[in-house]
Amino acid sequence: MSFDYDKYIRPGKLPHIWCPGCGHGIVMKGLIRAIDTLGLEKNNTAIVSGIGCASRLPGYLDFCTLHTAHGRAAAFATGVKMAKPEMNVILVGGDGDGTAIGGNHFIHACRRNINMTYIIMNNNIYGMTGGQFSPCTPTGAKASTTPYGNPDPAFDVAKLAIGAGATFVARGTAYHATQIDKLIAEAIQHKGFSVVEILDDCPTTYGRRNKYKSVIEMMNRLKDVAVPVKAAEKMTPEQLEGKIITGVLYKEEKPEYTTEYAKVIERAQK
Amino acid sequence: MEKKLPTIEIIEKYCKGCHICVEFCPTKVLEMKGFVASVKNLEACIKCMQCELRCPDFAIKVTA
Repeated sequence: MSFDYDKYIRPGKLPHIWCPGCGHGIVMKGLIRAIDTLGLEKNNTAIVSGIGCASRLPGYLDFCTLHTAHGRAAAFATGVKMAKPEMNVILVGGDGDGTAIGGNHFIHACRRNINMTYIIMNNNIYGMTGGQFSPCTPTGAKASTTPYGNPDPAFDVAKLAIGAGATFVARGTAYHATQIDKLIAEAIQHKGFSVVEILDDCPTTYGRRNKYKSVIEMMNRLKDVAVPVKAAEKMTPEQLEGKIITGVLYKEEKPEYTTEYAKVIERAQK
Repeated sequence: MEKKLPTIEIIEKYCKGCHICVEFCPTKVLEMKGFVASVKNLEACIKCMQCELRCPDFAIKVTA
């Protein structure tokens, strides 16, 4: 049976601005399905974003949405969550927005373990501003600002999140569409800061500079590099060379920030 | 017994012609007609919904 996305989309907003073949639309559909599965109320769900292609996402969704300054999604979302701890807060953004310009906000939101979900759409580049390299651009890849190849090593967003203290970290790809909603739903249900990195494709600013002939070639790359966690456990480091592990990578229970802060308020009022 | 065919609705206004649905359909039901996707062989549809799931543009609706 066809899924009715329309009831979660603001009327008249489609078609969206994303380029043909951009995976952000696939992630948006996954997010909508996850929200539908969990039965989250529109008035009790805030979707927060910064600036960028991926950050356009909340504009299409019929929830409480907040489109903030570049990289500041985590800061604004923390404010929302502190003011209304009962609200479901979901952050969306790209790799440049989340790990470069908003890198500091991101790691500290992870460290605080505040009950929010951050969906990072990693397309390896700053798409909206013209294809500048981001911290997630692979070494050697070409971008408008690295025409001779990027000398920097790339961030592993999932490892960064785990290192910074996030208590739920998962990774999916835009190709594996059926997995996206399950990962996001599990992340939203987790009590604590959860990060879902979705590997995405940017055919316009990344693909055409890096010898990907088509959207399909980029999607096939995502299909080829992804290895599920369980399969990866049985593989040798040599076999895992160049592969990216997908699925739920890390999960633990730790004290959550808004709960702990409520205790501080209680102590102060005694 | 006759096989009940699904309906595949393609919203041409939304389709950006990225080819994802055409390429990843396991039974090659869809084709490109000019810039937009269209149904070529509905009988082959196995209702796996992969085209609907992967369409980034909300342009395909499969009703079984």
